[in-house]
Amino acid sequence: MKKMKTARGVIYFFLILLVIICFIPFYMMIINATRSNSEILRGFTLIPSNALMENYAILDSYINIWIGFRNSLIIALSVTVLNSYFSALTAFALVVYEFKAKNVIFITFIVMMMVPGQLGLIGLYDLASTFGILDTYWPLIIPAIAAPFTVFFFRQFLITTMPMSILESGRIDGAGETYMFHRLVLPILMPAIATMGIFTFIGSWNNFLFPLVIIRSPRLYTLPIMIRQLQGSPVASNLGAIYLGIAISVVPIMIAFLFLSKYIISSITAGAVKG
Amino acid sequence: MTKSNEQTVAADSTASVSKKKLRKKNNNHPYFYIAPFVIVFLSFNIYPILLTFYYSLTNYTGMGGIENAEFVGLANYARLIGDDFFYEAFFNTIKIWGVNFAIQITIAMGLALLFSDMRLKLKGLNTFRALFFLPNIITIASVALLFSILLDWNYGSLNQMLLSLNLIDRPINWLNDPVLAQGWVALIGAWMWFGNTFIILMAGISGIPKDFYEAAYIDGANWWDTFTKITLPQLKPILLYVFITSIIGGLQIFDLPLLMTDGRGAPRGALNTMVIYLYNQGFSYANFGYSAAIAYGLFIITIVFSAITFKTMYRSQVKVKKGGRK
Repeated sequence: MKKMKTARGVIYFFLILLVIICFIPFYMMIINATRSNSEILRGFTLIPSNALMENYAILDSYINIWIGFRNSLIIALSVTVLNSYFSALTAFALVVYEFKAKNVIFITFIVMMMVPGQLGLIGLYDLASTFGILDTYWPLIIPAIAAPFTVFFFRQFLITTMPMSILESGRIDGAGETYMFHRLVLPILMPAIATMGIFTFIGSWNNFLFPLVIIRSPRLYTLPIMIRQLQGSPVASNLGAIYLGIAISVVPIMIAFLFLSKYIISSITAGAVKG
Repeated sequence: MTKSNEQTVAADSTASVSKKKLRKKNNNHPYFYIAPFVIVFLSFNIYPILLTFYYSLTNYTGMGGIENAEFVGLANYARLIGDDFFYEAFFNTIKIWGVNFAIQITIAMGLALLFSDMRLKLKGLNTFRALFFLPNIITIASVALLFSILLDWNYGSLNQMLLSLNLIDRPINWLNDPVLAQGWVALIGAWMWFGNTFIILMAGISGIPKDFYEAAYIDGANWWDTFTKITLPQLKPILLYVFITSIIGGLQIFDLPLLMTDGRGAPRGALNTMVIYLYNQGFSYANFGYSAAIAYGLFIITIVFSAITFKTMYRSQVKVKKGGRK
């Protein structure tokens, strides 16, 4: 019994050590965001200083990081809404009706899940340029309507949780199919939409390659592209300001995570069980 | 028309008959519902992929329109097969992924075993899980820029810390040495992903029936026996999932090595991964045709790796079953 207790103590010690190692980079980021350039050059410390506002002024004189925030938010929200709604609609059709193309669509899904996103990069760029939608958000947002993985996930969810009798009785009451989709099926799907929605949002928020290729105008830059602009910019010579820029891009996500971690973790598990 | 449909349905007594009829008569509905998906899928997914393939057979530069480009057959693919830079990018990618995966799976498996141990009864699983997972959701661009300055040899916090602790006597240029730079990218990748892998393995382990372990302990099995004879074989599907998703993601590694150094693979090409090479060929050197061929090369490599994984995992599973029967 005593042996078990010591073992547990040692294990907790290492677990906490691991947590500290995980968070040191973020901690250094926040500390350095409050220190002036000369302080950072002089050496390292774990104690915050008082240059936060000066750093912000330097950062703000070069870029408006909040525009990047707004842009990323617009894209990520649009992507999440379109992805959820149209995937639900497609899954609904696949589960509720029998039709010829059903199997073809299903096989296509499985194949497409294996295809790396970069495969169509060159083609998508050229398509966008042909349509004149290069340097707009359209090529980043519209593809969200067709998300095979989300449809697949919703389909599995509907098969296991939606009783067909609900639709039958709806029809008897004279409800139209589209009406039933909005009033009966969407609410049933809500937990699955929340699960996939969080992931879709994070994925879009962190997306780097496609905005990098599609977006040209600085006023349309997303947050990750803006962060890239910090590197090698005049701000880069002021370390405090650049640490602050990174911190501003990171801390809100960390706070959001505190509230959503339960859902996020359950959705990872859901994805794995599917696999 | 819909109205009369529903009335006939209501008139039917058995549910199965009504279902069949309804499905038949409402056959225009499903096509209407899947139309947005199919249209967008064909135009923004399939078409760009086919277009990329077509470009891979031309010397298109990406400028001046495709009509000015020449059809060159498989020349781009022939070039790819003889391209030392591509092989270098391939081995860089594999090295970075391999080290990353080894670290990641070791820590994740260790944690999953500790937290699932029936005798240890560790507390705080949810908190630790969330804390370990957190680096995963941070924008990679931010992570890369953060580490590129934390690791700077002159004013980076890591060197300052090591110097003040007297662990080193002069600053180490972490990102200027090919091996160290690759190691750091792998380590940062592992730092970002071990929490995710831990959560998945944990879910897999908690799905294994507890009486397997109880029975094994009664039979006098030790920790190693239960790990190799129960946990690992039972976890096989989950491990397959972890491995496949990790290798597919690992082959596509881009943001992190791109932003850690100059975006061209410095130091000495060590951080030039396949997707960085693809990106630079297409968008820095205006070689759309060749870039498209690299994309297809990457796709084929992904399929080969996934297939090998499936094969080996499947074969060893058969072996375990046979051994068990003896």
